[in-house]
Amino acid sequence: MTTRTRVPALGAEGWFTPDADEPTLLGRRCAACGTYAFPQAELGCPNPACTGDELDEVALSRRGTIWSYTDARYQPPAPYVVPGDEHEPFCIAAVHLEAEGLTVLGQVVAGVGVEDLRVGLEVELVVDVLFSDDDTDHLIWKWRPVEGPAAEGPAGGDGHEGVR
Amino acid sequence: MAVEEIAVLGVGMHPWGKWGRNFVTYGVAAARDALRDAGIDWSEVQFVSGADTMRNGYPGYVSGATFAQALGWNGARVASSYAACASGVTAIEAARTRILAGLCDVALVVGADTTPKGFLAPNAGDRPTDPDWLRFRLVGATNPTYFAMSARRRMDLYGATAEDFARVKVKNAANGLANPNARYRKAVTVEDVLASPVVADPLHLLEICATSDGGAALVLSSLDFAERHAGRAGSPVRIAAVSTVTPTYPQGTVDLPDPATDSTAAVAAPARGFKESIAHACYEESGIGPEDLSLAEVYDLSTALELDWYEEIGLCGRGEAEGLLRDGATAPGGRIPVNPSGGLACFGEAVPAQAIAQVCEVTWQLRGDAGDRQVEGATVGITANQGLFGHGSAVLLRR
Repeated sequence: MTTRTRVPALGAEGWFTPDADEPTLLGRRCAACGTYAFPQAELGCPNPACTGDELDEVALSRRGTIWSYTDARYQPPAPYVVPGDEHEPFCIAAVHLEAEGLTVLGQVVAGVGVEDLRVGLEVELVVDVLFSDDDTDHLIWKWRPVEGPAAEGPAGGDGHEGVR
Repeated sequence: MAVEEIAVLGVGMHPWGKWGRNFVTYGVAAARDALRDAGIDWSEVQFVSGADTMRNGYPGYVSGATFAQALGWNGARVASSYAACASGVTAIEAARTRILAGLCDVALVVGADTTPKGFLAPNAGDRPTDPDWLRFRLVGATNPTYFAMSARRRMDLYGATAEDFARVKVKNAANGLANPNARYRKAVTVEDVLASPVVADPLHLLEICATSDGGAALVLSSLDFAERHAGRAGSPVRIAAVSTVTPTYPQGTVDLPDPATDSTAAVAAPARGFKESIAHACYEESGIGPEDLSLAEVYDLSTALELDWYEEIGLCGRGEAEGLLRDGATAPGGRIPVNPSGGLACFGEAVPAQAIAQVCEVTWQLRGDAGDRQVEGATVGITANQGLFGHGSAVLLRR
């Protein structure tokens, strides 16, 4: 087996920990007012009532609850890259992180259908392959239900197992 | 305190379709229609306000000048506005403020588009700092992804059903039968809707608006000018308020195109969310409230989003929209007909023209010129819409 290079997907560099056993999203927290930001607030604190410009990098909660969800039955247009030979429907969830007061969008791991999801369901963050080319895996965060059949398998893999 | 009003002297549209011609031809046709309707000669127009399109090359980015040149340079002042789906209202607001400032008497507002097939997608090329590029690349989130998440919220929170959503399409399709400018003029049933393929669960193909070609235009003037001008008998329809509000921090609701919301950890979300604030700004500016409305034209990018708008423009409380729909309150003859034009369900979206077309419809309704889709005795109407990246868009009109 050849060694593959694993890199965060273009545009998501520094947005999550790609290699941690318990991966997290990386946001910012304002030292002055305590507000959070994800993705990173490059231009200072996003709170207009705060003049703070010192934002510390923080790991966001690994678990959250589903705010809403859907699936992509049709292949999204470029710049989306189809991970396999042809489009396989996948789910997308917006997940609310209670402590940070943030709701973050992400794909749901392969093998989970909309019938496995509901508003309020607890999910956790995993790192998975968004797509691969030549010798590189382009990584992204995804959500995986904490309980139920989908919780047991590994994240994603080649994106083809468990397709309904 | 109510703001001074302006007059809608003329309205015009080029029918929506998939005609495949240069967008300028639709804009010019609509502009000539509006000038004819107003009884105004092009040479009298002192300000041209264009709503831009991003998919038709440079002429689309400078649409005000593009339309002015196509009509024949007349020396008028010009502006070109881009605000995604809110471009039309941004162009209307540029004209209104110039009129109210006393800098001109007569302005022409024009928006037109020629659209490609399929999902709206970003322009080509890697742009990893552009949230609109990132949502497609990192998540595969199309516009229907966001529409579907709103729909799912209604189901899980308020008990909305797939049939409720389908009935919005059935209502709007029936309305559009009587509209010569609509692209789709075909009655559909709940069964037709539910039998169409699911695009993004729970939304079906027939519940998501298509992209269309089309053009719409308005001739706006000061009330003084309208009074002096003999072209139209009687009192003109007036614009009582325009809303172009942005969100108030923290914007805690998932919305196009961002991958995450603002944080509500340190600052609580405002009592009135962004979409609720859009029409509210019109009510505040005019002193006219939702209880005064005779009709509304709202942006039904999906069936479920029309139901969201019922609540967001103040027709009912949160979670009550399905009840309003089931009671027939928003159908023709109901308490407050919504989208009597047929809405985006029958037009498909011609982005820079759509918000202007909403104003055309309300104007026809308030004049009593809407033919078979006329809302009897209409005196007040509102349009509501939202552009990407936080562009509010609403216009309140009265007779």
